Amino acid sequence: MSILVNKDTKVIVQGLTGKTGSFHTNQALEYYGTQMVAGTHPKKAGEKWTSDQGVELPIFATAGEAKEATGANASVVYVPPAGAAAAIEESIDAGIELIICITEGVPVADMVRVKAKLDKSGSRLIGPNCPGVLTPEECKIGIMPGKIFTKGNVGIVSRSGTLTYEAVFQTTNEGLGQSTAVGIGGDPVKGTEFIDMLEMFLADDATESIIMIGEIGGSAEEEAAQFIKDEAARGRKKPMAGFIAGRTAPPGRTMGHAGAIVSGGEGGAESKIEAMESAGIKVSPSPARLGATMVEVLKG
Amino acid sequence: MNIHEYQAKAVLKSYGAPVANGAPVLTSDEIESAVDSLPGPLWVIKSQIHAGGRGKGKFIEPEAGEKGGVRLAFSRDDAIAFARQMLGKTLVTAQTGPAGKQVNRLYVEDGADIENELYLSLLVNRSTGQVAFVASTEGGMDIEQVAHDTPEKIHTINVDPLDGMTDADSAKVCDALELSDAAREDGMKLFPILYKAFVEKDMSLLEINPLIIMKDGHLRVLDAKVSFDGNSLFRHPDIMELRDKTEEDEKEIEASEWDLAYIALDGTIGCMVNGAGLAMATMDIIKLYGEEPANFCDVGGGANAEKVAAAFKIIMKDPNVKGILVNIFGGIMKCDVIAEGVLQAVKETNLQVPLVVRLEGTNVDAGKAIIANSGLNVIPADDLDDAAQKIVAAVKS
Repeated sequence: MSILVNKDTKVIVQGLTGKTGSFHTNQALEYYGTQMVAGTHPKKAGEKWTSDQGVELPIFATAGEAKEATGANASVVYVPPAGAAAAIEESIDAGIELIICITEGVPVADMVRVKAKLDKSGSRLIGPNCPGVLTPEECKIGIMPGKIFTKGNVGIVSRSGTLTYEAVFQTTNEGLGQSTAVGIGGDPVKGTEFIDMLEMFLADDATESIIMIGEIGGSAEEEAAQFIKDEAARGRKKPMAGFIAGRTAPPGRTMGHAGAIVSGGEGGAESKIEAMESAGIKVSPSPARLGATMVEVLKG
Repeated sequence: MNIHEYQAKAVLKSYGAPVANGAPVLTSDEIESAVDSLPGPLWVIKSQIHAGGRGKGKFIEPEAGEKGGVRLAFSRDDAIAFARQMLGKTLVTAQTGPAGKQVNRLYVEDGADIENELYLSLLVNRSTGQVAFVASTEGGMDIEQVAHDTPEKIHTINVDPLDGMTDADSAKVCDALELSDAAREDGMKLFPILYKAFVEKDMSLLEINPLIIMKDGHLRVLDAKVSFDGNSLFRHPDIMELRDKTEEDEKEIEASEWDLAYIALDGTIGCMVNGAGLAMATMDIIKLYGEEPANFCDVGGGANAEKVAAAFKIIMKDPNVKGILVNIFGGIMKCDVIAEGVLQAVKETNLQVPLVVRLEGTNVDAGKAIIANSGLNVIPADDLDDAAQKIVAAVKS
């Protein structure tokens, strides 16, 4: 098993005809034949998109029509910031189960609106401002580099794209491999927080251990640590390693990610590290030792 | 993006919030007319800088006088004298750092008879994904201290975005602030106004500290701090007009023109990294090995050789930089492209400080070969640990 995506996942691309959408759809098709089934564009319905390898995908006007015609159960959003929220809402309205928004720079107020709608729907949103989700040798949605992955048993969840790659690369080098890697995104208001992903990894048979990578800003890591503690008390537990980026970040400054800011005395790295350690998660002081720390935890 | 208090008040006033009359001063010849535009008998002269703690701050220059960055004047002559003392001087507050900030703008405001000071802010509550009011009867002081010492005195009221600000929400804010009579009536009108302004203008923070009850029983916005969501500025050209570039680091302004996320820091090792999380982690690992980062710099996922070269030049403008660490995990970015950009920049800037380059990901072998065959003094590193140790050692030797 795995979480969120597997070889049966069928994906619609919102923003397929743009440069980014086009590039990454090619990459996804080349990654173990990820089932990219259609694209959407309000003015190009009826046209075809052709991949570098000659695969043709139909373009529909809306996500609803694309889902109807293809039986897709996931969508990925590459639409630019001003239209990204509307694209997500379109997929929610279409009843698509899993929506992954890669777009960086979506207005926070738009996400407040989207989240309210999402809470009343059956859809799950990953992102925005995230690298996507990848289950090795089965399905790649988003912009993660496929070739650093190997099939294995570490579940990885992270707020940062490139730190996800570090964790993947290092667990590959340690011979552990990954069950699924999920980038939940660097924005302050997002579709999915750590807790939901940890719950899925705890429930997933293929996941034997978990790496959780947080960063400064907000209190999602503290909330996740409390969840891990509560679950452990109920006897549900898997070995965990972690990392928190931004120990040296000055307060009051937004560190690249819109959500990475220490403000009002909240969101500092130390409190997150303390919370995670107290929940039994071994937090590596070095981002270069994520894989090695996981191995240490597994050796006990 | 942050704006000045006087600009924030103008925005709030345009929505109908009760703020005092006042006049901004940008040059010394505007001082008299600003003071004369107000009736007295009490004038407040307020330094306009993007930092808090102004009242308790001190000016570096002796001729600015002993008083702080916010001064009360009981006569026209005093008001003018204070303004002359303060304008152009350097104010040090708890938030500016020891170097302080030059006060290039003042705000001259009508004084108020204060009965009681309250705290009110609006922000996006990250845990709920909703706009929330944070209210406390303990106004006029450091709210972080209040939160730490007496957390029960801080109330959070979330607003459902689908319903908008309801009378019930406003009543909850009134209750949290213990408002009654005229102040409560004012509050029931003011709080929906603040919510509307917050949402329509895409604010990320609206802080009123203090919100005051005056001797006549009415509410007034006495101070206002507003920040805007950087992701939304594209749809607010009027707000973009309010940007005061003199408040920003010159290197950060240049970086923003290249669409680079760059933040100047106090250390000695310049960093150039792709991805915000990895950029922060690179700063952290430098500190872990005993040195301090000179900057945060995320060149993003789609950087080309020109952008990399631009980032390099910006990093080199910091005179404290004694060494540079380039750390790229190329998922989307190709390592050979990065390597070309780095070499181009090394040549153009005639780099004299040690440079360590760590490349990983797409086309990594080609990238490493370009660096190795360049004939330039670039130290290659195998992984992030190795890279951090090498640059720290190079800077210390």
